[in-house]
Amino acid sequence: MLKHHLIDGGPVFNGSVYTWMVVDGIHMEIGFLVDRLTVLMMTVVTFVSFMVHIYTVGYMHDDPGYQRFFSYISLFTFSMLVLVMSNNFLQLFFGWEAVGVVSYLLIGFWYTKPTAIVANLKAFLVNRVGDFGFLLGIATLLYFTGTLDYIDVFARAETMQGETITIFGGHAWSALTVACILLFVGAMGKSAQVPLHVWLPDSMEGPTPISALIHAATMVTAGVFMVARMSPLFEFSETALSFVLVIGAITALFTGFLGVVQNDIKRVVAYSTLSQLGYMTVALGASAYAAGIFHLMTHAFFKALLFLAAGSVIIALHHEQDIRRMGGLKKYLPITYWTSLIGSLALIGFPGFAGFFSKDALIEAVGLSSIPGSGFAYFSVVAGVFVTALYTFRMFFLVFHGSERIDEDVRGHLREPPWVVWAPLVLLAIPSLLIGWPTIGPVLFGDYFGSAIFVLESHNGLAEMGHEFHGPLSFLLHGLKSPVLYLALSGIAVAWYAYLYKPSVAENIRRRFGVIYTLLDRKYYMDELYQTVLAPGAARLGGLLWRVGDVAIIDGAAVNGSARLVGWFSGVLRQIQTGYLYTYAFAMIIGLVVLVAWLTLGVNN
Amino acid sequence: MITLTHYLTLSAILFSVAVAGIFINRKNLIVLLMCIELLLLAVNFNFIAFSRYLGDTSGQVFVFFILTVAAAEAAIGLAILVVLFRTKASIDVQELDEMKG
Amino acid sequence: MAEIFLACGLCVVLVVDLFVSDRNRDLTFSLALIVLIGTAWISWTTGHAGQVLTFGGSFVSDPLAQLLKIFSIAAVFVSFLYSRDYLKQRNIFKGEYYVLGLFALLGIMVMISAYSMMTMYLGLEMMSLALYAMIAFDRESPVSGEAAMKYFILGAIASGTLLYGISFIYGVTGSLQIGEISAALTAGAMNETSLLIGLAFVLVGIAFKFGAVPFHMWLPDVYHGAPTSVTLFVGTAPKLAAIALAVRILVEALGSVGHLWEPMLLVLAVLSLAVGNIVAIAQTNIKRMLAYSTIGHVGFILLGFVAGSHAGVEAALFYTIVYILMAAGAFGMVILMSSNGHDADRLDDFRGLGRRSPWFAAMMLLLMVSMIGVPPLAGFYAKWWVLTALVNSGHVWPAVVAVLFSVIGAFYYLRVIRLMYFDDAEGEAGAPVAGGWLMRTVLSANALGVLALGILPGGLLEMCARALSG
Repeated sequence: MLKHHLIDGGPVFNGSVYTWMVVDGIHMEIGFLVDRLTVLMMTVVTFVSFMVHIYTVGYMHDDPGYQRFFSYISLFTFSMLVLVMSNNFLQLFFGWEAVGVVSYLLIGFWYTKPTAIVANLKAFLVNRVGDFGFLLGIATLLYFTGTLDYIDVFARAETMQGETITIFGGHAWSALTVACILLFVGAMGKSAQVPLHVWLPDSMEGPTPISALIHAATMVTAGVFMVARMSPLFEFSETALSFVLVIGAITALFTGFLGVVQNDIKRVVAYSTLSQLGYMTVALGASAYAAGIFHLMTHAFFKALLFLAAGSVIIALHHEQDIRRMGGLKKYLPITYWTSLIGSLALIGFPGFAGFFSKDALIEAVGLSSIPGSGFAYFSVVAGVFVTALYTFRMFFLVFHGSERIDEDVRGHLREPPWVVWAPLVLLAIPSLLIGWPTIGPVLFGDYFGSAIFVLESHNGLAEMGHEFHGPLSFLLHGLKSPVLYLALSGIAVAWYAYLYKPSVAENIRRRFGVIYTLLDRKYYMDELYQTVLAPGAARLGGLLWRVGDVAIIDGAAVNGSARLVGWFSGVLRQIQTGYLYTYAFAMIIGLVVLVAWLTLGVNN
Repeated sequence: MITLTHYLTLSAILFSVAVAGIFINRKNLIVLLMCIELLLLAVNFNFIAFSRYLGDTSGQVFVFFILTVAAAEAAIGLAILVVLFRTKASIDVQELDEMKG
Repeated sequence: MAEIFLACGLCVVLVVDLFVSDRNRDLTFSLALIVLIGTAWISWTTGHAGQVLTFGGSFVSDPLAQLLKIFSIAAVFVSFLYSRDYLKQRNIFKGEYYVLGLFALLGIMVMISAYSMMTMYLGLEMMSLALYAMIAFDRESPVSGEAAMKYFILGAIASGTLLYGISFIYGVTGSLQIGEISAALTAGAMNETSLLIGLAFVLVGIAFKFGAVPFHMWLPDVYHGAPTSVTLFVGTAPKLAAIALAVRILVEALGSVGHLWEPMLLVLAVLSLAVGNIVAIAQTNIKRMLAYSTIGHVGFILLGFVAGSHAGVEAALFYTIVYILMAAGAFGMVILMSSNGHDADRLDDFRGLGRRSPWFAAMMLLLMVSMIGVPPLAGFYAKWWVLTALVNSGHVWPAVVAVLFSVIGAFYYLRVIRLMYFDDAEGEAGAPVAGGWLMRTVLSANALGVLALGILPGGLLEMCARALSG
């Protein structure tokens, strides 16, 4: 079936399978919408989860929670498929929450580890903020359109543009803009955009296959997918697009900087994920939905590859994650080395690799966009390329090249992990290397998505690019001439110079720019901001409400008072049930007499 | 001339006597069973009166059924009474108060 | 015809049982189950899409009858399954129990299909007489005899009252057949006072069968006094018969004078909600508590009729089916708890169950939460649809009252949960729940069914809608 839709372009399937309930004319249904967009996501999801399943067999081999782990990831795959295949907002929300729950369970998979518990709590709370926005967005749409079905909502999008909603102080907002921004807040939580990105790096406390599956390849892209799916809505709201664009640009650039100073191998990859998600979001904001989804797909492959490679390194080193204690691993782990080289090159967008096609197209589309904020976004994504190259190769060189800084007793039995671990690496390396060649034409510039994605004529930068597109090869040559490539190369060069050729340089820079380093190391003090300002404030407010509202009014007067009253009343009423037959009969007769009297008198009056 | 109303009144009186007997009597369970028979007889009386008045026989057929069922009912009632007497050694209505509240 | 098969089948069971020694009593048990399955199969296959009358218009076969029959057969089936171990442990595992059960079912089925007051009455008595005998089944127990006596006397008064009412309706309309009564009432021009008296008396009879306040007095004592397996029986299938009685008489025969009986029913419903939910709080015996909870649920079911709309009756039907599912589970739990010989029917027996038998505590939790009416369990939808029907027909105040009393009702269900999870067992009662595989499987299936029905209520609702569309 996948092939049927993916390659042969089968017709769009849209149908409801089961009506769960109908309330006030609102149908709550289980239904599926399968079109090209869905199928692309399904392919990515199932392929990556398949790889991760295989990998897990090796990675989690000795873990006591082996079965539990498999049940979780299967549940995750199911929820993700529900999410992408849904044809209505209710089911979308169900899948959305379900992947959130599974992610919570998986981050805290090693539940005896305190950091894992803190991390999963954090992921859960931050996602709640996003989900709240998402739910409000759905509610807004429901309020204005009266339906939960995608097709019906989309049909009403253009008229909704004109309707307004007053939120505070008499200032009227376009209903569509409000709905879109609220929906995007949901996407920000799930796709870890600034300022709701804080949970993703911490989620690396979970087992590595999970980081690969959930936090790189699939779950975090749910937000991107959702926005692309809602393209018929976002298109009609320039404000919302602009908002998306700016948030994406900030995420793309600033989280990239953070990657440069991290020392935990998984955290580096995690920050790179954040930055790449920013890229996708920028593409969405620039109305280049196809480019965003395209980058999502290529990113899923190479990022899963990088995560699994990192996992392979971690296994080989007996769960050592600090890159300062690695180095020179090239000769011990050849397969991991070559596959992660492919992954890294794909990530930085080296010509010919998958990431190149998607990232280059994305950057150009942003350059052609005319939405407010696109200038800033263009700058961010171009500068981001340099940063990406820098942190990627910093990690690469520190891990695989240079002096060996590993423990002596580990070095003794350092060897390539079993085949179930490296086979997925190889299998993922192939699409990382090649997937761009056959797909760029149809996905970006053809009408591959058909009606699944809707773009207004005036926003369509991709179509403009499409006129100049003459096959992947010429795109490659065109890319060679662009400054983007040279930025990437210079990033590699700087990384090489500072971390491999002359490590003292890095140390010097760090000392010279101590303030900036600390700022980056503390992740812009985001966590501190949340912890010292927002959380205590909310806690104080909660405490106040609890003392005054709950304890005094509700518990004191309403609950305990009424409970006492009811209890007393219950005791009194109980006395009527005397246990004597004649009382029972008497009660019946009284009831009968009253009914007869009421009826006959009532009617005669 | 005895009209339908007279029949109905008589049956209502029988019904009331039966009902009163049920909740005024506090001693003997067997009297309760008799009251129930009386209740059903009041009903039968009613049916026959209506049946005669309407010239429709189905009411009289119903009466035969009620009589049959009443016999079965009495049998069951006496059987329960026997069971009760075996455990309690009494047929006093007032002693049926183990469960209340 | 399913009833004929059932009648023949139960005679076979009765005769076979005569020749079976006490040790092989399982044969009777299996035979009774086979008869039930056969009856269910025949009811299933002989259903009619429309309305078909037989026996001179006194017997009807329609989708409503089919639905109710299937569910009452299922309820009896389940209660037989529950009863086996319970009866064995008390040395009352006799063939008569199953024969009586089948007789009661026959009565229920006749009532469901009755299309004349006469068949209705015969079915009612057949059911009631069998039930009286079943309640008194445990001859050693003093409370069981007392319960049977009380039920018998009050039940006889109720059927006398019902008959008295029927006689008036017969006098006014000149017929006993439901279709003809309805036609005569629509035609109009008759003695209104007689009709009203008849209506009031009939209403009392119906209210008694449901157990609505103030005709509920028998219910706690019967539930309490009867052997638990009989309580389970009395609490399930006869409720379906009661709803058949209500639909046939109130809706089908007296539907055109709905404006007369609806206000009365409303009063009964509100009283039931109030008394049921409030008095349940003071109970210490779980069977008694569930009896009062039944009265509360009956209030809800009657409210469905009060709505006076098609949707209301549909909701009442749905509510009844969901209710018997929950009640079967709850009483099944009491039976399971009692499986080591003594009757564990005090609330205190549930203390610390969460630690002793986590699985069954979870099942009980599901049932209790469903009775409170928390989504996504079946009890929620049952309440929800009744309330929707009420509000849609303009009865906002009754709906508010119903919600209020449900909240009060939540208290005693939650108390069971609290006892199970937050209190420790006292003394030697700390053992885990023992019970045969049969009990365990049936109970789990029952409780999970409540959950399943809560997640996917559409199918059953559709069935209820189809049953009433004729």
